[in-house]
Amino acid sequence: MAARSSSDAESALFSGAEVEFLAEDDTVVMVPTLRMDTLHLICGDFGPFMPQVPTSVPLWLGIAMKKRGKCRLRAPEWMTVENLTQVLELERDSPQEFQPLPFHYVEVSRLLMDNARDDLVDVYMVQTLIEDIRNVRFHKVQSGLQNLSGKTHAVKLKNLAAMEVNLIRPFFVKALEKFYIHDDEELIKPTQSEADIQLASVDRLPRRVLRPR
Amino acid sequence: MEPAGAGARDEEDLVDGGIGDVDGLDDVGADELRSDVDLLLRVWQNEKCAPEILPYEATLVERVREQIQLMEENIEAFATEIKDDLMLSLYRMDVNRTLFLLRSYLRARLHKIERFPIHIVDNPELWDRLSEHEQEYTNKYCEILAKHFEKTVLIRLPDQYGSMLKQTSLASEENDMITQPQLNTFVFCRSRGAIGSFQLDDKGDEAVDLMTDDLYILRYKPVRKLLVTDKIELI
Repeated sequence: MAARSSSDAESALFSGAEVEFLAEDDTVVMVPTLRMDTLHLICGDFGPFMPQVPTSVPLWLGIAMKKRGKCRLRAPEWMTVENLTQVLELERDSPQEFQPLPFHYVEVSRLLMDNARDDLVDVYMVQTLIEDIRNVRFHKVQSGLQNLSGKTHAVKLKNLAAMEVNLIRPFFVKALEKFYIHDDEELIKPTQSEADIQLASVDRLPRRVLRPR
Repeated sequence: MEPAGAGARDEEDLVDGGIGDVDGLDDVGADELRSDVDLLLRVWQNEKCAPEILPYEATLVERVREQIQLMEENIEAFATEIKDDLMLSLYRMDVNRTLFLLRSYLRARLHKIERFPIHIVDNPELWDRLSEHEQEYTNKYCEILAKHFEKTVLIRLPDQYGSMLKQTSLASEENDMITQPQLNTFVFCRSRGAIGSFQLDDKGDEAVDLMTDDLYILRYKPVRKLLVTDKIELI
């Protein structure tokens, strides 16, 4: 047996900060309060910025300007009480499915609530709704675990979000790996065929003894 | 691994608000740069998620490196000419984010090299996936590793246990003490296009329909070809 490392969950895992880093590349609409020329960044060109003219920028850029009081951020369309109430309802009604939400909905809403709270409408309501949605979805993931078995070769997770993926990854991967190892037919077969050979040779033995006559 | 995303955030604290005049900052950077960072993001995620080392993205890394260098030079030049703290700090944040991405990508590869050095040296296909510098690093790492094992443990063991690569020189014909990546692990992946029905094992009794943008947990070994040909991305 060659030495094999078990998959290193630690290294494959994205840290919370890394998941947030990825979310900060999502776009957000901001309304500048100042005039500024176009920014030619490595990650793209943004602006020019005119007071009161909404423009799309990466979230990290919007937050950086917001922190300096140079703009207001607009909540994305999905982040309204109306939409989230509907999502929560659908989420509760369909135990097998996840509703489509942005891949980084947890991080984006968190970042906006931490950094641009005064720009958001109904912020408490929105926060509670997102919390509820997260809980319902996570409960679904957990009950979905019961369906894993040695026969599981693929799991489809439509609309699962980044933070949810990251949460379930260590356990899912470990569980599936173990199932796969113990379900490996090739590990069982060799012992069977060895047994067959032994039986066959036992059959032949008496005949050989008889032949000389 | 070091705490991530910190670089970008540190910069914000350096420059506080209270900026008065707003001046222009012209002609920094070049065109169509967005795609390179996006590409690097995907490459970084794939490298972090895959159990084995993936082909080195030499040209991409080179391009990103050049852009970072250019941007750093420009920032330095503009810092003396124009005193717009806000724009400068935004430019610095952008550079720091890209730098972080690049470093994390290279570090993820080094991490794998240090875990499976001998396996990589022994396997020509994997060896070709390394950059020149990485090959040099791997060779030296193997050398140091061998010396270390020899000095600390192996020299004190009976002869038949004296190899770093074999359990015992009597019972083992092949090198059976080389750590290899676990290719039968499971990865989270997303299809980058409609691939359709895809076989998950050799016997062909397990197939999955890979639809665009849907998320799957699949065993790594069957889909590694899809990853190298850029049909799927790992997340």
